[in-house]
Amino acid sequence: MTALIEVDSVSKAFGGLQALNLCSLTVEAGTVTGLIGPNGSGKTTLFNVMTGYEQVRQGAVRFKGNPITNSTPDRVFKLGIGRTFQLTRIFPRLTAMENMLIATQHREGWLGSVFRTVASLGPERERAMALLEFVGIAGLANEAAGTLSYGQRKLLELAYVLVADPDVLLLDEPAGGVNPSLINHLAEKIRELNAQGKTFLVVEHNMEFVMGICDSLTVMHQGSAIVTGTPAEVRAHPQVLDAYLGGADENEDD
Amino acid sequence: MSHSSTIKLGLISLALLAFVLFPWVFANPTYTTIAVFTLIYMTSTTAWNGFAGYSGYIPLGHAAFFGSGAYAFAVIAANNHLGAGYGLFALIPVAGLIAGLLAIPVGLVALRTRRHTFVVITIAIFFLFQLVATNLGITGGSSGLQVVSPNWPGATYNDPFYYVALALLILAVAASWTIRRSRFGLQLLAIRDDEARARGLGVRVGRVKLTAFVVSAIPIGMVGALYAYFVGQVFPQFVFDPLFDLSIALMAFFGGLGTIWGPLLGGLLLEPLQQYLTFSFSVGDLYLIIYGIIFLAVILLMPRGIVPSVSDRLTNRRSGRDRASPPGQAPAGGDGDVRAGLVPNPGAGT
Repeated sequence: MTALIEVDSVSKAFGGLQALNLCSLTVEAGTVTGLIGPNGSGKTTLFNVMTGYEQVRQGAVRFKGNPITNSTPDRVFKLGIGRTFQLTRIFPRLTAMENMLIATQHREGWLGSVFRTVASLGPERERAMALLEFVGIAGLANEAAGTLSYGQRKLLELAYVLVADPDVLLLDEPAGGVNPSLINHLAEKIRELNAQGKTFLVVEHNMEFVMGICDSLTVMHQGSAIVTGTPAEVRAHPQVLDAYLGGADENEDD
Repeated sequence: MSHSSTIKLGLISLALLAFVLFPWVFANPTYTTIAVFTLIYMTSTTAWNGFAGYSGYIPLGHAAFFGSGAYAFAVIAANNHLGAGYGLFALIPVAGLIAGLLAIPVGLVALRTRRHTFVVITIAIFFLFQLVATNLGITGGSSGLQVVSPNWPGATYNDPFYYVALALLILAVAASWTIRRSRFGLQLLAIRDDEARARGLGVRVGRVKLTAFVVSAIPIGMVGALYAYFVGQVFPQFVFDPLFDLSIALMAFFGGLGTIWGPLLGGLLLEPLQQYLTFSFSVGDLYLIIYGIIFLAVILLMPRGIVPSVSDRLTNRRSGRDRASPPGQAPAGGDGDVRAGLVPNPGAGT
């Protein structure tokens, strides 16, 4: 196995709050890696650092062996790291199809983009439609994204990240606030994509979901990765039981 | 699809014909003067909307580019002792270009900010322009500049200005239409909805915003030049007029921000109204009170403007009729796209 993403001793503080404290994490190519931990343990901050939304002074992030520390979101995306957000971020006034096409725009030239129409995006549109079918919302392609339900928005966000064909997908609480049947649907899609060679890093509070799809789990606590192992190993680890699984705040939202 | 687009094409042709014939039907110079100003404002609000309506950024300093165009025209004409005539219209694109060039540094600074800060910064930069024009030697300071006037016969004097203004309007609408349909336009709309997310999906937001900003300044600089030639004099307080920005913003809001036809309708309704009030009551500022009332009415009754509100109503009626057909069958092809773009999306062009 080769490491696709390596996070090496990253620290990040917001004022007096140490969000990340010498945090290290490895995502092996072809795996589904889970990232769990109590609220405020730094999972989303780590995502933000990896995808260029937050800058750090200490530590390094590497993708395929190349440093991407303190890069920008667009560059990280172009390199092949796709990401969804805990609170879905779709473009509400654009149609689902238009949402899908935005991720194709990083290839557009400057003048070319002015004089070429959206309507002429033939192959991109076909591929986008296939992906909407894959996640199961093809019938909503021409609806404004803002009219979709919460679960449908999660599916749309997953689909439009897939448009750019990233090597790895970072999913921030994909099952949060989604009904149980849709959670199963999502797990199935993640497994299918994983079988096609996509790597996943998933932040999730839903233990059943995480244990069901992940090959490897990393537990974060107070800004550091404290334990890494298979789901079974992690479940039995005393430190984890203490810090997280036995904790009273596991169902709270952050 | 073909049916509704035929109707649309027919309406556009009719409207265009009406604009072309207007000076023949209403030959009275009072009317053609109002018409020239109306076209100038329709062009300005259309160009402004091509940036503001699509990107969601609301600049209130585009009068800086109107004034720059006017001064560019007056300064070049005066310094080169150019005689009045049709040839002088050739300076209009030059003035537009100068306004566009000035928009680059303005955009670079202003577009670093967002929302309210952006609005305030653009107003502040506009006042800098006004201040410079009032104090520079080349602009004639507060006494302004005179522009040579052609010795065309009085009865048809306005006509050349009218047709040049119409040409500039067509140019601005064509630019707005091209942007709306383009991939560039899609990127702008993505920025309007969630700029950080668009950036995260690889949209080069800085470049896209600046380009749209500069493109919006060019037609406004051009109509500024036309204004200078038409009126025959350029004063700092008239061509760098903060009310210009309020007017074009109100026209766009009134008609429908982010649509192609909304600003046209807004300009067509509001500018003649202003001119009429000024002419008939000889109180220059009466229109400001009327504008205030209209602003309130728009916010209360049609917060998205005329075009989106009306087309929503039409679409709802149509989909009410469609409900007889089996559900789940989304209309395929272009018509479906247009409707989906219309219903929930105030920013979609019609």
